[in-house]
Amino acid sequence: MTRLLNLLLNGVTLGAVYAAFALCLVLIFRATRIINFAQGAQAMFTTYLAYELVSHGQPYVLAFVVALAAGFLLGAFVERVVVRPVETGPEINAVIVTLGLFVAIEALAAILFGNQFQSFPAPFGVDGFRVGSVDLALTGNDRYRIVAVLVAAGLLLALFRFTNLGLRLRAAAFGQEVARLLGVRVGRMLTLGWALAGLFGSLAGLLIAGGSLFSPSYMQGVVVFGFTAAVLGGLDSFGGAVVGGLVLGFTQSLVAGYVASSLVTMAALAILILVLLLRPGGLFSSSVARRV
Amino acid sequence: MLEIRNLVTAYGAVLALDDVSMDVPAGRITAVLGANGAGKTTLLRTVSGLVRPRAGSVQLEGRDITDAQVEDMVHRGMAHVPEGRGVIAELTIEENLRLGSLWRKDAQQEEIEEIYRTFPSLDSRRKQSAHTLSGGERQMLVVGRALLARPKVLLLDEPSLGLAPRVVAQIFGIVRDLVDRTGLAVLLVEQNAKSALSIADTGVVLNLGKVVATDEAHALAADEGLRHAFLGF
Repeated sequence: MTRLLNLLLNGVTLGAVYAAFALCLVLIFRATRIINFAQGAQAMFTTYLAYELVSHGQPYVLAFVVALAAGFLLGAFVERVVVRPVETGPEINAVIVTLGLFVAIEALAAILFGNQFQSFPAPFGVDGFRVGSVDLALTGNDRYRIVAVLVAAGLLLALFRFTNLGLRLRAAAFGQEVARLLGVRVGRMLTLGWALAGLFGSLAGLLIAGGSLFSPSYMQGVVVFGFTAAVLGGLDSFGGAVVGGLVLGFTQSLVAGYVASSLVTMAALAILILVLLLRPGGLFSSSVARRV
Repeated sequence: MLEIRNLVTAYGAVLALDDVSMDVPAGRITAVLGANGAGKTTLLRTVSGLVRPRAGSVQLEGRDITDAQVEDMVHRGMAHVPEGRGVIAELTIEENLRLGSLWRKDAQQEEIEEIYRTFPSLDSRRKQSAHTLSGGERQMLVVGRALLARPKVLLLDEPSLGLAPRVVAQIFGIVRDLVDRTGLAVLLVEQNAKSALSIADTGVVLNLGKVVATDEAHALAADEGLRHAFLGF
């Protein structure tokens, strides 16, 4: 029983991070119908920036702020400079460009920071706690991860749902031409969407690295799981991304705990195929078929 | 209010508009009529900046807006209701309406309430997703949204498309009433020439990108030869 509970807790922690990463893929897909495969590499790069600060004795909070701000700027930069010039062509062009960018950023990071694994100090404690006679494996660092993702997702949701800026962002994503006719600066909104995604990705990168080893390629697995989570959720639904992330987190934890950790990827693939067979639009797709 | 002079718009080698000129005065409805492919939609898209003309000019209240950005048109007093309704189906009805007045700093909730009073069928469904609306309700929503931008010129592209005659009459009636009350200038593009001429003041007939006739609406409606040749009734 304790084992199941601990596996579930571990699943929530993993799932929170996958959800955060899926959210940034969804942010970009909704706005530009592109999957940004460079998202993980961008997050890796900003995590290295944070690591440089921390390893030079700066406080974690400063490193956190710098990493998120850098992620925001990098996201905006990627949209303006790399993606926008190819945006008028077929969508596949832009996707290929993000793949190229992914390789380029990883190579750049390896040149600048070295290709070996580094240990990112945990910002919070790594001890579990006891409730009565039960040892829970939920460490301070795990709780930090969950709370950070919850707070960030809540802020994002509030921004989109309750502010005029959020309304502009959604209008630009779902009805570009109509939005322009109504005076919405669609280009700016798309840049802002990519920037927010960059910020969210940096958060996910930091949370994953904190208390463990990382290298220029440490986000690759997260990209795969985050993408799967986003597809499970329907690719354009925030709620779907969160649920998809949690489903994957639980799956990974339970399969690794009860079956074998080498089967984790297979299980994720099986879930993905099952969902796509039963509900091709994903679990929570919010897009509706447009009348013509 | 709106002056269109010698407008030429081309898609590649094909001239969609060929030397088109017309005036859209305040307090009047100017209807642009013609068959499919006559250039009606291209005219509106060129006027609002979605398509760039090859030659000619567009002036709004004496100021040249030929090269203005699409996003700025609403600031200059122009609202464009595109063909195919232009409802953003993923947003709620209220959110669609709010988009209309978003660019104005002085927008009041009361103005949105007024739109609800004009179109009561939207009122009870404010928080519903706009994709649940019928075709007529969608048209009401986009007209209401365009009005919230407080335009001086309203461009309407085929508002009657796919709607029941009773709904068309209702929407046209509301537009006519608005023009008479507020002095709004309306440039209405319609394939449904008969209904359009019944509310318009002036009619312009387009054929293959050229203006073939411009006259008072009742005179056009009375011209049997023109009706048979270009208007199909």
